[in-house]
Amino acid sequence: MSGKRVGGKVYVVGDNIDTDQIIPGQYLSLIPTIREEYIRLGGYALCGLPVDQYPKRLVEPGRAPSEYSVLIAGRNFGCGSSREHAPIALGAAGIRVVIAESFARIFFRNCLATGELYPIESAYRLYDAFETGDCVEVDLQSWGLGAADSSCIYPLKPLGEAEKIVSAGGLFAYARKTGLVRGGNASS
Amino acid sequence: MTLTEKLLARAAGKRKAAAGDNLLVDVNVLMTHDVCGPGTIGVFQREFGPGARVWDPQRVVIMPDHYIFTSDRRSNRNVDILRRFVREQGIRYFYDVIDDEDGLWAFDASQGPLSAQHGSRYAGVCHVALAEKGHTCPGEVLVGTDSHTCTAGAFNEFATGIGNTDAAFVMGTGKILLRVPETMRLILDGATGPGVMAKDVILSVIGRIGFDGATYRAMEFGGDGVSALTIEERMTIANMGVEAGAKNAIFGADETTLSFVDSRMKEHGTTRPYEPVSPDGGAKYATEHRVNLSSLEPTVAVPPDPGCCRTARQLADVRIDRAYIGSCTGGKAVDFEAFVDVVRGRRVVTDTFGVPATPTIVRHLKDTKRNGQSLWDILVASGVRMTENAGCGACLGGPEDTFGRMNEPVTCISTTNRNFPGRMGHPNGKVYLASPYTVAASALAGRIADPRDYL
Ligand code: SF4
Repeated sequence: MSGKRVGGKVYVVGDNIDTDQIIPGQYLSLIPTIREEYIRLGGYALCGLPVDQYPKRLVEPGRAPSEYSVLIAGRNFGCGSSREHAPIALGAAGIRVVIAESFARIFFRNCLATGELYPIESAYRLYDAFETGDCVEVDLQSWGLGAADSSCIYPLKPLGEAEKIVSAGGLFAYARKTGLVRGGNASS
Repeated sequence: MTLTEKLLARAAGKRKAAAGDNLLVDVNVLMTHDVCGPGTIGVFQREFGPGARVWDPQRVVIMPDHYIFTSDRRSNRNVDILRRFVREQGIRYFYDVIDDEDGLWAFDASQGPLSAQHGSRYAGVCHVALAEKGHTCPGEVLVGTDSHTCTAGAFNEFATGIGNTDAAFVMGTGKILLRVPETMRLILDGATGPGVMAKDVILSVIGRIGFDGATYRAMEFGGDGVSALTIEERMTIANMGVEAGAKNAIFGADETTLSFVDSRMKEHGTTRPYEPVSPDGGAKYATEHRVNLSSLEPTVAVPPDPGCCRTARQLADVRIDRAYIGSCTGGKAVDFEAFVDVVRGRRVVTDTFGVPATPTIVRHLKDTKRNGQSLWDILVASGVRMTENAGCGACLGGPEDTFGRMNEPVTCISTTNRNFPGRMGHPNGKVYLASPYTVAASALAGRIADPRDYL
């Protein structure tokens, strides 16, 4: 992933969105390292969200990738299982940044390790300030999020060291850069 | 230092470690299964090259257990990928589903879900099987591609769940980068009253500290209440640490711990030297909570998450369509024994499914008798639909032909650990989490019931 700004439409979800809602159990037999299955995982991202509460879907059936590139969530986003399919499905769907009030630990770690998307915390309940479909810009240098139609900037918590892992492209790319791992497939 | 700090410091070759330190830690055991194993192998081969070798073929434990008793094509393909990798790498501890030399096996749905379709090495649900097969060991670091790997904290080890990429890194290097978590201390006082089980203890803790109350933290259990807990009860408690967001959950080692691990290691030839850890007197805890075990009541987590806790009594008017006993949390031998205590000589009025966690438990249920009748037969006679195909079953939904899966939007009470929307199959199904006692009583009543009325 490159560039220090990410702009686009937001998709907004509430508190405690768990990994079963991000990618339901029945799709876990898809293997993320197989290209076609990676793409299929993107098509199912967030399909476990209850339809009555989320009538607009992140990905309309058969219409991957998503029109949204930023996800805004409440507390404890990504709680539940260790399935790496979860950040991968979101990344494969086209989400570049997820901003939540807080994250579950394994999900946060998997975002960094895969390099699929930036998991960023916000002290503000952005979830109350934005609606699905709003256009925003996220600045990953000054750590702020602004709406396209207003000058108001919401501060985000800087990712610190973790930012280097995601922008390097994930754990292995970062480990090679820093000499933690040598050789292997440097192209990834 | 707390238990976790001390253990991680040692595993990183340091004399001291404090919450917030980033350490490169030596891993003793890496566990993976059929759901995350193929993806882990994919990352391993992509990153270390097609000819790469795992860091130690004795320390990678592979346990297919999730989507195995299914005719789903892709799920069976995934077990084939594990088989190929094991052969290539000479991995010693692979608990294949069947005794299958040529890799041609596939589940045969026409045999029905009830007759056993596994071979002599199959081990069942990874978290229970790791312990049964002698892979859990005090003072060690165990990581696994499954969030409930924290179960092994019951054995005084640092155990946590990781993703495929982290696991691939461990596969190639034997190491993992870890940030030392702050520790929350939970002091258990006294003993639980009749009808109250370990599941009630952890559900009430989560209800109290909140569903994200231990996020990024270690949960360390101590106090005089711990010594009375059996190893299985400690496993149930540690298992659900992740349901409060914890990185790991850990107990000290005592006689109960050592006699269990020693006997399992001896039985399976995995004996190795180990050194338990204990917390220092002046350890710094982020928070301390006291739990008075004698004041706890049968507790139920209502949908949509494991932190929404009520007492069973408060939910007496909730009608249920289904009951489920199984999983790494609630499918152990003691869980089925507790279930038997309640249903014995009665009949369930609810559709009830029983999935033992491991084949060893299936055998135990068939071999253990009460008044001349086996526990298995008592369960069947009381109307429970039991399967010999031990495994994760419907705990996380799984393919449509999974035994006990919720294919309809029904309401289920279950001894499992998660009740998020869609968890057991149908997106509009509802799952209530409870102890084996409470699930059994509810299965008899057709609504949520307090087991103390039935014991
Ligand atoms: S029994 Fe359930 S919670 Fe335990 S490992 Fe299997 S799917 Fe996960």
